[in-house]
Amino acid sequence: MSEQQAAPAGGPKVKKFMFVNRKAPYGTIYALESLEVVLITATFDQDVSLVFIDDGVYELVKGQQTKGIGIKNFSPSYRALDGYDVEKLYVDQASLAQRGLTEKDLLVPVEVLDAEQMGQLMAQQDVILSF
Amino acid sequence: MKFGLLVSEGPYTHQASDSAYQFVVAALAKGHTIQRVFFYHDGVNNATRLTEPPQDDRHVVNRWSALAAEHKVDLVVCVAAALRRGIKEEVLAPGFRISGLGQLVDSGIKADRLVTFGD
Amino acid sequence: MLHIVNKSPFQTSTLDTCLRMAQPGNALLLIEDGIYAATMGSATEERIRACCATLKVYALQPDMDARGVTAKLIDGVTLVDYGGFVDLTVEHPTSHSWL
Repeated sequence: MSEQQAAPAGGPKVKKFMFVNRKAPYGTIYALESLEVVLITATFDQDVSLVFIDDGVYELVKGQQTKGIGIKNFSPSYRALDGYDVEKLYVDQASLAQRGLTEKDLLVPVEVLDAEQMGQLMAQQDVILSF
Repeated sequence: MKFGLLVSEGPYTHQASDSAYQFVVAALAKGHTIQRVFFYHDGVNNATRLTEPPQDDRHVVNRWSALAAEHKVDLVVCVAAALRRGIKEEVLAPGFRISGLGQLVDSGIKADRLVTFGD
Repeated sequence: MLHIVNKSPFQTSTLDTCLRMAQPGNALLLIEDGIYAATMGSATEERIRACCATLKVYALQPDMDARGVTAKLIDGVTLVDYGGFVDLTVEHPTSHSWL
């Protein structure tokens, strides 16, 4: 797949892609469908970061049991990300605090950033996709 | 510049598709090119030929089809999102094609700018 | 970096979060319902005036006209049309639509 994406002159382009998640899971489909884009982008050998801000931090909460609502539980996919070399997951500190959450509540290892750090990370990106 | 666009909401319910359309028109008027417009989430609903909006208001779907016809704008609908929402070949409006999420990533890589319109 | 906010500041916290993370020298473009943040007399007026010191703030005029609030534009916020919107995305290599 990477060969097909190679730029005509001088090898494949690697861009920094950031995926911004700000919505809770299940109430809307954005969390699930954004994960699908992340997985595809990883197969293109791009430099992928995922950030979780505001209600997006809820996407990573442990112990999601969806049988009662009859919707597929897609949270195991977050644990599968490192198998796709997607390891850069960042969470906004203030969003966690506002929701009474800590890193211990989350189902994957993340780096917690303050707003300044998050803003600087955003400033380094080539492409930012929000869902 | 070469622009890629991502449209994440369907016609009428949100302004996203309208804003994206106006952006494309302005970009083309300035001599830029549109590498692709990719429709995801409910944005796939911009591609159905079955809409019948009131006559005195804009026809969102037809406007996109006209852009494809007049300016060869590549309008791509995500297959997975489309299947979830019942958008299939047999209901596609002219100018749209169904393809994979890879086309969105391709836009991110190849276009000079990628702009998202959604909710 | 061009930050694009399309939600009313009274409907969601999107503008708040954007302003927490925007870096000095970034641009903020208000479109669709986001333009209400750029209206005088609103609860966001002080906040927007303050951030004009470090950010370039723009509002999409067609969206303000549509909503009948163009006359209330906070001074310090620059109106642009869709052509100006395009120009902003050319000027800033990366845009972030806060959805």
